[in-house]
Amino acid sequence: MDIVNEILEKEQRKTEKYKPITVEKHLELEIDVGTLLASDTNDLDLKSLRSESERDLCLQSLARDNTQLLLNKIWELPTERIDEAIVVRLPTPKTVLPRSKPVPKPKPLTKWQEFAKAKGITKTKKDKLQWDEQLQKWVPLYGFKRTAAEKQKDWLIEVPQHVDPLTDMYEKKSSEKSEKVAKNELQRLKNIARAKKVKIPRVGLPVTSDKASATQLSTAAVLAKASTASLGKFQDKLPKEKEARGKGIHELIPGKERKRRAPIPTPQVEKENNLSLIDRILNKRPKIDMDKAVSKHINEEQIQRSEEKKSMKPPKGKRKAGAQTNFSAKKPKAGKGQRNPGKKTPGRKRR
Amino acid sequence: MGVIQRIKKPTTRKGKKVLLSREPKAIEGPKQCIFLQARNPSERARKVLKDIYNLKKPDAAYLSRKNDFVPFEDTTVIEKLCYKKEAALFGVSSHSKKRPHNIVLGRTFNYNILDMIELGADNFKAMSEFHNIKVLAGTKPCLLFNGPAWVLNQELKRLKNVFTDFFYREKVETIRLQGLEHVLSFTATDDGTIYFRSYRILLKKSGQRTPRVELEEIGPSIDFKLRRTKLASDDLCIEACRIPKEVKPVAKKNKSTDAFGTKMGRIHMGKQDINRLQTRKMKGLKKSAEEKKQMHKKKKLAKKAAKQANATSA
Repeated sequence: MDIVNEILEKEQRKTEKYKPITVEKHLELEIDVGTLLASDTNDLDLKSLRSESERDLCLQSLARDNTQLLLNKIWELPTERIDEAIVVRLPTPKTVLPRSKPVPKPKPLTKWQEFAKAKGITKTKKDKLQWDEQLQKWVPLYGFKRTAAEKQKDWLIEVPQHVDPLTDMYEKKSSEKSEKVAKNELQRLKNIARAKKVKIPRVGLPVTSDKASATQLSTAAVLAKASTASLGKFQDKLPKEKEARGKGIHELIPGKERKRRAPIPTPQVEKENNLSLIDRILNKRPKIDMDKAVSKHINEEQIQRSEEKKSMKPPKGKRKAGAQTNFSAKKPKAGKGQRNPGKKTPGRKRR
Repeated sequence: MGVIQRIKKPTTRKGKKVLLSREPKAIEGPKQCIFLQARNPSERARKVLKDIYNLKKPDAAYLSRKNDFVPFEDTTVIEKLCYKKEAALFGVSSHSKKRPHNIVLGRTFNYNILDMIELGADNFKAMSEFHNIKVLAGTKPCLLFNGPAWVLNQELKRLKNVFTDFFYREKVETIRLQGLEHVLSFTATDDGTIYFRSYRILLKKSGQRTPRVELEEIGPSIDFKLRRTKLASDDLCIEACRIPKEVKPVAKKNKSTDAFGTKMGRIHMGKQDINRLQTRKMKGLKKSAEEKKQMHKKKKLAKKAAKQANATSA
């Protein structure tokens, strides 16, 4: 009993040594732990605040009390251990603070991105170095030492059979590359125009300089002609005027059928389409062309008959000159008596 | 318009990175702050501004050139500089007979001014006058707003938001317990004075897990007098406080967790006809033709017996 009392007294003395961590307040503080914010709505001691000497002490004690309450709340949170430091996970802040910039708008996808999404194509990461069989070494795909490796490979470019032997292959290669770059740039600008909903004519590029080129003028003329009430049917053409040709002009002329862009098929649909196509090709029964078959048959018969006649002529003897009218002969029927409504040829029906 | 959607692409990689950093993001970092001087700043006003700048380091820039403008009339100077320095907060100091030792604190949204408050610095004790160890720069401070005026006065309500935005640095998810070192206390009275004090937290033993807090005054001690304010309209505020979809917490509908931590879900099904339920078919348990015949026979006999029983009972 004595020992127990002794221990209890010791503990009490220990706790008395330390100052309390509890704070008494009339109104509870509004504590937002997420932003480490504490709002005290209790009335202030205005008298001590007004006097210069007591102000700082009063403010300090007030701040100490409120900080104690705030830290008590923080110490209640679950702790973790990240990299040898004891850390608390703060809850989401309750105070709503304004952003510095507006919320980012989602960007519209480019044409390729939409296609890739519909088909389910994902990007595969390529390494910088690729094994080259010809050179038998690791060659970078881009960046430092790439052109040197390319030069090594292209020390000689053969001129293929079907190409003019005097073409400069190196020049051809570089011009192809510049064309590719230009095409890529054009597609990038088209994507931007589509995103910003800027209308751009589908045929060729809009006129950049003051004078339009001949093709642009011919396209413009075709369009102007077709913009009449009867869609250009009764418009005269100049003697040597040629119709404008090119991609997409046909669709620009109003009234003509506009080919809608087919929707990108999903992989399953595409697979089904391809398989059905193969089935259709392989399961085809030979179609019989009736006209051809009939005419072939007739032809064969005629040849047979003529041969028979040839073989029969000498034994039969001389025939009388002037053919007798054969009264028993029947009226010649076209198609050998078989009805053939599909046969378009006039046939020997009439006498 | 993003970097990728520009007609003229950035030529250098560094330029591209700078442009990308200027674009609006879903989750933003700490707001940068610029401090500049307007017409005829007094020594006291300059010192106050310098001390606030020290509190806001490293997310702040102190511009030393004197600009001849009045913030409440001409806002283009501030907006231009905020755009250049990519800053959302600003502080301007000036001095005149009508408004002595004037400090204007404010914030911007999308490079346009959102809120501005004008304060007069009455009693000022600089940080250098307190001879003790200060707090490490960059620590997130605890903020205290004392006095019922912060809740009752409409203007002060908004000012509380401005002060919080100015000093809270950034949103953090975790905080080191040893790192809670700094406290800023704002005490507002009814006559428009705001007492600004800054302390350092000392954690003492308390015999329990939670330590006892003792404070030591370090930083600037300023008695502000609230002068003019220019606050944004409610619509602009709502627009500025909008949360992007990516950051919004996802609404959990049918999920719940039980005491063991297993995730439970609820599915809603329509009415089921028990006689027509589709159950699993086990081929081995299927009745063969013979078994079916036997069952049929049994049924017949049972029926007959039932009939006879009925006949005899009737």
